[in-house]
Amino acid sequence: MSKSTKKTPSTKVNKYLRKSLSGIAGLDEITLGGLPTARPTLVCGGPGCGKTLMAIEFIVRGALEYDEPGVIMAFEEKAEELAANVTSLGFNLDKLQKDKKVRIDYVHIDKSEIEETGEYDLDGLFIRLGHAIDSIGAKRVALDTIENLFAGLSNEGILRSEIRRLFQYLKDKGVTTIITGEKGENTLTRQGLEEYVSDCVILLEHRISNQISTRLLRVVKYRGTVHGTNEYPFLIDKDGITVLPITSLELNSVVSSEKIPSGIPTLDAMLEGDGFFRGSSVLVSGTAGTGKTSIAATFADASCKRKDRCLFLAFEESPEQIIRNMGSIGMNLREHVDNGLLKFHASRPTIHGLEMHLVEIHKIIERFKPRIVILDPITNLITIGSMSEVKSMLIRLIDFLQRKQITVLFTALNLNNNTSAQTDEGVSSLVDAWISVRDIESNGERNKGLYIMKSRGMRHSNQIREFLITDTGLELVDVYPSTEGVLIGSAREAHQLAEATGAELRSFAQSRREREVHRKKSVLEAKIATLQDEFESLQEELSRTQDEEDMKKQIMEKNRTEMINKRHLDGKSQKRVSSKQHRSKK
Amino acid sequence: MKKVRKKKYELRLYIAGNTSKSVAALKNLKRYCEEHLKDQYSIEIIDLLLNPQLAEGDQILAVPTLVKKVPAPVRKIIGDLSNEEKVLVGLDIRPATVK
Repeated sequence: MSKSTKKTPSTKVNKYLRKSLSGIAGLDEITLGGLPTARPTLVCGGPGCGKTLMAIEFIVRGALEYDEPGVIMAFEEKAEELAANVTSLGFNLDKLQKDKKVRIDYVHIDKSEIEETGEYDLDGLFIRLGHAIDSIGAKRVALDTIENLFAGLSNEGILRSEIRRLFQYLKDKGVTTIITGEKGENTLTRQGLEEYVSDCVILLEHRISNQISTRLLRVVKYRGTVHGTNEYPFLIDKDGITVLPITSLELNSVVSSEKIPSGIPTLDAMLEGDGFFRGSSVLVSGTAGTGKTSIAATFADASCKRKDRCLFLAFEESPEQIIRNMGSIGMNLREHVDNGLLKFHASRPTIHGLEMHLVEIHKIIERFKPRIVILDPITNLITIGSMSEVKSMLIRLIDFLQRKQITVLFTALNLNNNTSAQTDEGVSSLVDAWISVRDIESNGERNKGLYIMKSRGMRHSNQIREFLITDTGLELVDVYPSTEGVLIGSAREAHQLAEATGAELRSFAQSRREREVHRKKSVLEAKIATLQDEFESLQEELSRTQDEEDMKKQIMEKNRTEMINKRHLDGKSQKRVSSKQHRSKK
Repeated sequence: MKKVRKKKYELRLYIAGNTSKSVAALKNLKRYCEEHLKDQYSIEIIDLLLNPQLAEGDQILAVPTLVKKVPAPVRKIIGDLSNEEKVLVGLDIRPATVK
């Protein structure tokens, strides 16, 4: 073995740093391509934070997915123990070892067995490692946890210089290495390994706040490349480690102008008639018992009827409860569940930290590929995080969903009646559409008023509508503007009734008057007829006297004429008679 | 081998090439054995550069390492064996005088 401790200049003189994909979901995105190839990466953190798992997953994924065999040098656990530990993650280390894809070398150090006298070096370790690497042509190495050397050997000076030499040796070997290290008091690792690993340091943490634990990953340094600098939550489950690079730096999600109905036709009418934009985010906020979940379920129902897959994330009620409750307003959600169009995912918010919820939601979405996601309600998340944490989680969630063109509907509970400025989560500025449902208390009853606070890119209605939950679903009714103001609920109904009664009465009165007039008219007409008769009889009278007069006159004339004639006759006749007599005498 | 009169010491010395430390270790070991274990010992020298696969079996980390396989318990003494006292205690040849 060469004893050269002289620093060889970096074996890679490429202009760009080469990176090896780790295969760990999300980590490659944060590091923009993986861990530095042929260089050691230090993974450090407290006990139980997942260092060993990350190292093993790096090796296993390399062997399975990237055809890069790997060596695990374990200082803590025996090969069988390691294999057993990761079997639950679906990693079959025994098979990989048989296939010569992975080699596990357990380094046992027992201080009680070892006596140190004089000078030594760790060439034995180097040789073992070199042999393991060469025997399977390994490209990746995990050293877990090399600090255990310090517990077994007492000559720290030798150890330090040997570890430095080891890292250099690994670099020269051209293997990509993960070294794990226990977090120290004020240093990243107990033995200050970070001094020797200058290329990439990843810190894992297990943080407990409000009794809820969250695993966090941070790339502390990554020389020669840009990388995500935030703390990223990660999840260890049956698929191994999932890290979420959730903050996308740009606002460049694709947008759609397609609209999807809300399931309430009257609400769509308020939104230019077609509903929400696909891929937008909708917030439904309101006080307790205003029907937020019903609105959400209606939206889900409508989407399932369109054959759009819908994911319902319930943080308050169990799926069965929601299905039962929605059945009471005429919605058959079970049918959609059975058809596989609707998927419920119910979890208590306190089950794990916010970020963990986000990771989980991501995973479900990746698997189920819904087009609609409903979160009911986001308010409950506050119990496990501060407002700003919830907000930042929601930003990332909305971001993620928008990139996938998934429409999301949140419901939020307003703790007070102040809906004017902000929701309690302060997410109103994030969402594209905000529907507020509010209790309106008047005349000793509570009614629900619904209005659209905002809807980006739409000429939405500015009117308050009365929101009714009926046996057949949800309905919006125009509120009733009257002289006494805007009326809703039974006041509206009473007023409507009163108006109807008034109208009825008015029309009754009208018809009575009409009848009266009618009667009057017939009376008058009768009178007119009498008068007419009278007139006619008068006229008749008149004409009769006239006739009589005429007749009298006629008769008198006749008589006079007769008289005259008679007189004339007398004179003439005498003559005539005389002549006659004369003639006869002759 | 000779007939077993006393406990027989089987010793293995792991080295990695002919380094000054290995040479010193071997020299020291031979001297102690001749002095204290005359005719009771066998020394096997394993050069890991030639047989790297043997390192794993005896859990060798450091070089040089002297492994006492027999008599039990197995003990390992690492270093150039320059401290005679420690080596003898380590090999159970001499009980630790002051513990």
